Amino acid sequence: MTGPLLEVRDLCVEFPTRHGTLRALDGVSFDIAAGEILGIVGESGAGKSLTGAAIIGLLEPPGRVCGGQILLEGRRIDDLPADAMRRLRGKHIGAIFQDPLTSLNPLYTVGRQLIETLRTHLPLSASAARARAIDLLRQTGIPAPEARMAQYPHEFSGGMRQRAVIALALAGEPQLIIADEPTTALDVAVQAQIIALLRGVTQAHGASVMLITHDMGVIAETCDRVAVMYAGHIVEIGPVSEVIHHPAHPYTAGLMASVPSLVDTRGRLAQIQGSLPRLDEIPSGCAFHPRCPKASPRCTDERPELALVQRTRAACWWPIIENTAA
Amino acid sequence: MGDRAAITAPAATGSAGAVEARALGKTFVMRTPWTDRLLRRTVPRRVHAVEDVSFTIARGRTFALVGESGCGKSTLARLMVGLETPTHGSAWLDGVDVQATLEGPRAVAQALRRRMQMIFQDPYASLNPRWRVADIVAEPLLEQGLIEPAQASERVAALLASVGLDGVDARKFPHQFSGGQRQRISIARAIATGPEFLVCDEPTSALDVSVQAQVLNLMADLQRERALTCLFISHNLVVVRYVADDVGVMYLGRLVELAPKAELFAAPRHPYTRMLLAAVPDLLSRDRERAPVLGEVPNPLAPPSGCAFHPRCPHANERCRLERPALRPSGPVQVACHAVEEGRI
Repeated sequence: MTGPLLEVRDLCVEFPTRHGTLRALDGVSFDIAAGEILGIVGESGAGKSLTGAAIIGLLEPPGRVCGGQILLEGRRIDDLPADAMRRLRGKHIGAIFQDPLTSLNPLYTVGRQLIETLRTHLPLSASAARARAIDLLRQTGIPAPEARMAQYPHEFSGGMRQRAVIALALAGEPQLIIADEPTTALDVAVQAQIIALLRGVTQAHGASVMLITHDMGVIAETCDRVAVMYAGHIVEIGPVSEVIHHPAHPYTAGLMASVPSLVDTRGRLAQIQGSLPRLDEIPSGCAFHPRCPKASPRCTDERPELALVQRTRAACWWPIIENTAA
Repeated sequence: MGDRAAITAPAATGSAGAVEARALGKTFVMRTPWTDRLLRRTVPRRVHAVEDVSFTIARGRTFALVGESGCGKSTLARLMVGLETPTHGSAWLDGVDVQATLEGPRAVAQALRRRMQMIFQDPYASLNPRWRVADIVAEPLLEQGLIEPAQASERVAALLASVGLDGVDARKFPHQFSGGQRQRISIARAIATGPEFLVCDEPTSALDVSVQAQVLNLMADLQRERALTCLFISHNLVVVRYVADDVGVMYLGRLVELAPKAELFAAPRHPYTRMLLAAVPDLLSRDRERAPVLGEVPNPLAPPSGCAFHPRCPHANERCRLERPALRPSGPVQVACHAVEEGRI
């Protein structure tokens, strides 16, 4: 395939409120290549989940896309009618959310939900769909899949439910899976299993993944590239190890330094002063300038755009440039 | 600091452990509907949330308890401050039996309560949304009769300043603050009465990383300034590495490993501790060797026989299936594992 699988161009999302319109996403652009895992990381309210919701057309009203384009395999999908969008979801774009219970219908057996999803998207007979469903459960590491087909979601543990949700997301054989905090509700041991599973099955199915999480450790272990969001903008995007070890944006640098690590020898965590701005008080210019140690008058007046700095692209007037001998 | 000297100052007689759990246990009885009891003759089922847990925390030190959901760590935290009544054993603060004292004369019980405080996980749920910050922070002081109402605003301002909030914040309501700021308010309330013992139940797990770093650093500063003894409950081993002096690992209600922090992270002994450490997604060690994580936590209503970890343990043998291992010294640490004891791993 030529060109990226997903292209997001200047995406803007706004929320009309009584006190005026709030711009929650402002000029977000990125690509996802076929088979690639792109991480979207940021703190609560940075706009990472909204980005995912906008792509699959599940923005909660009154939120609305107010600008930009979303293209899947070169075709625009942001202006599709609701009906066409519904067919696209599941068939071309699968979704995995944080709480597996909200993605599963408590009144139907897991098997019935899988078969229904399969037959909605693929021309399969009932018995073929059943065989496929059992196969999907097996691929996602659920023991005794035949017996599990007849069980209800409440009979599954948290980890097993998330496996069933992954099986559901894979059912329509989508090219892209949007996973929004898929491991946040799980214990660390189960989380490690789900991350490994997500990486394995998407690779086996050749699907791309957009992994939204606040957990930098999960990003480091799962993704190929990562985009860091702050106050509705992407402030830095690049290969995972470059963003983690050689961040160019002061926010990324501060964020990485504040992440506790097992192999860290510092006694104290670095911290970023202040807190994320509210949507109705997003600062002018670079939204990070009030918290930034390198801020200058230019940062207050002019908004920086993403530009190549060494090995990543960062939106900053004064990016961190490492003086390496190279 | 100066303003607190009058109410702090416990008789710091040099005892070995300021806080102690002695064979502490808590069993919950699961109620069944009376029709079931009558018709099916079901017996009430019991969950041993905490079983036979003993540890001491030396004055001014931080003991962290880690484990997965449902391992009993929060129940243990609540037992330590008397929010739950133990079914076995006892919790001690500075030579005083917590439960016996709280059930005793009101004045003595109240004096003990002011010496121990708790910070909860969810700063959205633990602050009354209808109260102003000033009232939230001053409540324990007024309730304990430590200050006159007229002195409240001055004290509240000093407490808010010590957690990095502004004096004008006292007039606001909790919803006007971010998560990290709310947790600062919880901390200000917890330290208001000048406690010696602070129990922190997942204080940062609802917070973003950059905010978590701020709150952890603040807690470290306050602990040093006020010589607080802390019990820190967390599911996150990485966070524990920054705050703890000693670490206890819990599995299905029991301590399986008890070790100084450096020992635990450098040379974890219990197979469960090793598995937990291997499972942590870590920023800086992407290509380390990791043991695979097997299985899930069993149902506490039907715990496995012998060592509760044996169905998930790569080193389990017949003895592990039959006989429950006791917590025994192994070098500088204590471990409850037959394989470690026999030198098999």
